[in-house]
Amino acid sequence: MDYQTILVEEKNAVGYLTLNRPKQLNSFNETMHKEVVSVLKAWSKDSTIRAVVLSAEGRGFCAGQDLGDRAVAPNADAPDLGLSIETYYNPLIKLITDMPKPVICAVNGVAAGAGANIALACDLVLAAKSASFIQAFCRLGLVPDSGGTWFLPRVVGRARAMGLALLGDKLSAEQAMAWGMIWQVVEDDALRSEASKLAEHLASQPTYGLSLIKKAINVSADNSLEDQLILERDLQRLAGRSADYKEGVQAFMQKRTPIYQGR
Amino acid sequence: MNYIKTSRPKEGVALIELNRPEKRNALNNATLQEIVERLQAYDADTDIKAVVITGNAQCFAAGADLNELIQLDTVSLQTDIRPTLWKRIDEFSKPLLIAVNGYALGAGFELVLHGDIVVTGENAQFGLPEIGLGMLPGAGGTQRLARLVGQQLAMRWAMTGERISALSAQQHGITTQICPTDLTVRYTLDLAAKIAKQAPLAIRAIKQSLKTIHEVNLSQGLKQERQLFVWLAATQDRQEGIRAFLEKRQPIFRGM
Repeated sequence: MDYQTILVEEKNAVGYLTLNRPKQLNSFNETMHKEVVSVLKAWSKDSTIRAVVLSAEGRGFCAGQDLGDRAVAPNADAPDLGLSIETYYNPLIKLITDMPKPVICAVNGVAAGAGANIALACDLVLAAKSASFIQAFCRLGLVPDSGGTWFLPRVVGRARAMGLALLGDKLSAEQAMAWGMIWQVVEDDALRSEASKLAEHLASQPTYGLSLIKKAINVSADNSLEDQLILERDLQRLAGRSADYKEGVQAFMQKRTPIYQGR
Repeated sequence: MNYIKTSRPKEGVALIELNRPEKRNALNNATLQEIVERLQAYDADTDIKAVVITGNAQCFAAGADLNELIQLDTVSLQTDIRPTLWKRIDEFSKPLLIAVNGYALGAGFELVLHGDIVVTGENAQFGLPEIGLGMLPGAGGTQRLARLVGQQLAMRWAMTGERISALSAQQHGITTQICPTDLTVRYTLDLAAKIAKQAPLAIRAIKQSLKTIHEVNLSQGLKQERQLFVWLAATQDRQEGIRAFLEKRQPIFRGM
């Protein structure tokens, strides 16, 4: 399949989706939205893909919305930004968080606006040392979207979320890691290899079980302990019926390395 | 004629599975007829204490059979058998549990609304799309739904055909529980088995009493409840229930 704005590769059960509009710092236009969604949707259902890596070409990761795509003439009617959020950004965030397999984000450079929040929606975020995160929305009179106001206070706490969202300052990768916002910072030239290593490891693991873990952690923020305990029971019941669990127990008893199918 | 599959997966519990996957379990007359026949047999079968109706993992029932509907005009509708079939389902005297995965639309939703207890999977979606066909829900949809969720939401849903999520359905009292989709039927059967172990006559009285809440006013309802209460005092199971409680053991109910 030919794509204009992204690169797609499938290798060793890992799907690599690379944003590829480096000149525009990989900002989203309509075509990119459509291409990203179609690939992620297909991988969601494709059981041969057991981990996904989201990354980008060039010096930036993603600058969020391409403002050129939304140019507003001074006298024209205000555009309905809610519409593009409803049509593109919200479904994209749901696709990532609902994806029944781990999604790794490799942040190679600046992640601004929706770009930062798309990264935060991923399950594990690796960032190059030179990468940075900017909640740029406040500078334009806008509100952090793509889940920003949901993820930020959950990952860095209210005080830091407020600071980041109200000031729109650049946050370095190392500071982001120190604050618990991302999983790991790696040397710039090691980003790709580290992301592949992590993804290939995850792709060899019990994918179905991992998908249930992801689900449990994602909904925990909305649940009481009591509800979460019930959910854990339900999910464990599902996990216990999986082929991988059987294999895991058998391999343990037979003192060998398990071979997981992802089911 | 195999529009449904039936089995007895647990003691005292019968399971009816709608089985027209190629038509997304559309409820044509023949399917409804089969359901009614099974329910009537179960009503008379003392081994059956509760019944569960379900569809499949993707779809409970996606509506009525439009090919049948389009053939009916004002005259032939007068003699249509469907209202009688729905009435028979409504008259089933034992607990009727409904396990919904996937779509329950139109007549499928209305069948759900006939259930005494409804359990859904996370992927369940309800809706009354009849308005899009220039019709209204004709099997109690407007009536039963409004009594569950109130006039406002029922108006909105019936006039727009908007889909109702599993969460929304639970929040508004259409269903009692949301489970992981793969466990919906299992959890519903567990619930049915729990009910099947209770004293059958008391269960029957409870269903009778609760089914009339929209038929009678409070004082009449209280009077009926009292009559059922007194009537149960004459049953052996009530003696057994109280005695077992006092003797700190499990009661053995025999439906007498």
